[in-house]
Amino acid sequence: MGFDRYFTDDHELIRRTARQWVAAEILPNVDEWEEAGTFPRDLYRRAAEIGILGVGYPAEYGGSPGDLFMQVVAWEEIARSGSGGLGASLGSLHIALPPILKFGTDEQKERFLPSVLSGERIAALAVTEPGGGSDVAGLSTTAVRYGDEYLVNGAKTFITSGCRADQYTVAVRTGGEGHSGISLLVIEAETPGFSRSEPLKKMGWWASDTAELFFDDCRVPRANLIGPENMGFIAIMENFQKERLQMSIVANITAELALQACLAYVTEREAFGRPLAGFQVLRHKLVDMATKVEVSREYTYRVAARMAEGEDQVTEVSMAKIFSTEASDFVTHEAVQIFGGYGYMREYLVERLYRDNRILSIGGGTTEIMKEIVAKRIL
Amino acid sequence: MRIAVCVKQIPDPATPYELDPDSHYVVRPNDQVLDDTDRYGVEVALQLAEATEGSVTLVSMSPSGNLQGIRQALAMGADKAVIVDDESLRGSDSLTTAKVLAGAIQREGFDLVIAGTESTDGYTGVVPQQVAELLDVPSLSFAKKVELAEDGAVRIERQTAAGYDVVQSAVPVLVTVTSGVVEPRYPTFKGIMQAKSKPVDTLGCGDVGVSPTTTQTIQAVEPVPAREAGEIVEDDGEGYAKIVAMLEQVKVI
Repeated sequence: MGFDRYFTDDHELIRRTARQWVAAEILPNVDEWEEAGTFPRDLYRRAAEIGILGVGYPAEYGGSPGDLFMQVVAWEEIARSGSGGLGASLGSLHIALPPILKFGTDEQKERFLPSVLSGERIAALAVTEPGGGSDVAGLSTTAVRYGDEYLVNGAKTFITSGCRADQYTVAVRTGGEGHSGISLLVIEAETPGFSRSEPLKKMGWWASDTAELFFDDCRVPRANLIGPENMGFIAIMENFQKERLQMSIVANITAELALQACLAYVTEREAFGRPLAGFQVLRHKLVDMATKVEVSREYTYRVAARMAEGEDQVTEVSMAKIFSTEASDFVTHEAVQIFGGYGYMREYLVERLYRDNRILSIGGGTTEIMKEIVAKRIL
Repeated sequence: MRIAVCVKQIPDPATPYELDPDSHYVVRPNDQVLDDTDRYGVEVALQLAEATEGSVTLVSMSPSGNLQGIRQALAMGADKAVIVDDESLRGSDSLTTAKVLAGAIQREGFDLVIAGTESTDGYTGVVPQQVAELLDVPSLSFAKKVELAEDGAVRIERQTAAGYDVVQSAVPVLVTVTSGVVEPRYPTFKGIMQAKSKPVDTLGCGDVGVSPTTTQTIQAVEPVPAREAGEIVEDDGEGYAKIVAMLEQVKVI
């Protein structure tokens, strides 16, 4: 600890609480939850009681008001559980609620924020479709207005918290083709015409419930439209900026955990009669890993600090996501290499980190999409 | 019920210590944490205060630093803190510490004093009893359970080697609690924010009527000797007997 430029005493106190909580209530169970492919719903309520769940949201809706670095602390400490899936599901509200908070009416905020921030209800974001993930402007789930309702038809996939969310912030097409025909609707799980798949079987993020959603003449009240009709694309793009920061933070912690595991392992494990730490080939590899972790973390914090100041960081946060996930790809790959056969065994943390890491350069916008965004801005 | 809880800020045990090369005292970083064992005393105090509509005052002697350790306990719900921070107290022995704490507690007024059994960094384990003696109140030690009796007395289950004794005393009284006596609450986000506006009085030696005298100095510090290699018992079918004999020899069975 001690990034004094970014974290104040308040941040460190919250960090301490979050760390105690993760150590006492998550770490002892995390292996079991990973194997079971889920974790108790009650964890949302516990996180809310402590004030970790709704960090960064207004107190009037039951949140814990704090700046961006307060959220960074919460994301980092939950990521230290070593279960990317748990962090993703517990944190799905951070991508589902911001559009409601920013563009919703007071009535909508009252309806959709407090019960999620208190941990009673789970919120998810649904943008990606089976026919295309990266091409948001081309999405094909339609919402046609009939009187006071929208009739929604289509499907969404790879939805984090998809199996047990109570409300979904869903991107739908209400207008013509392209980005100018997209709106955001909040669709509740009990809405007629809504159904969802069993949990999708994934390479990593096992503790997270990821699902496909189906809308079949799903009747959604018009009162659930967030912001003006056909103006959803801007809200989605804005939402992505914070999600990309969050993914970068998670990539950094994933890499850091893998590095720490390696640093401990190379002093214990011997080969050819001496500890692994004595082999120059590994010493240098560990330096490469540590350097990437350090550089990535510092750059990500800088981007966060500028985002907190309200600066446009679209280019920079895209770069952060590219850099941090490439760093974590490298570090988790090398960590398994250093652990050798043990690194391929499920009982070792680096095995899970390697699997959980793989999604980070894909979800929230692929590295290729990040590069297109940056290219458009620098060329 | 007015409850005073003795708490201590210590350097974070998760980070390496540094010793001052001249005095051999631990260099106190600006960031210190609440001694983990004190969380139990704070929790007991909060529960008793909630049951009696009482108050909880933290009493501490240590360099203030940025008060992070004290703020952790305030964030759990304590009402205020009194910290005695005086350069002349550096390296105090346990009796001086007890005098300072007793002075601060006396100044605040109390019905019940709660302390841990010993600190994680000092380990003398005698300060609470010295405080009780200086305050001229009984001391109930090693409580694994604390409750209020019908007549307002404090009743504890005192941990013993064989089980526990039930011991009771009228207030005012001092109680030391063991780790695990209760499940301490987390300093919540809300608690941390509320703690910012809670009063923290910083006092000097004079305020608590103590004039410290140097009673001890550290002459030298030696590193812990490296652990010697263990003895390997080859199991020829009778290995267990040899191990039992070894364990008997070191008197653990």
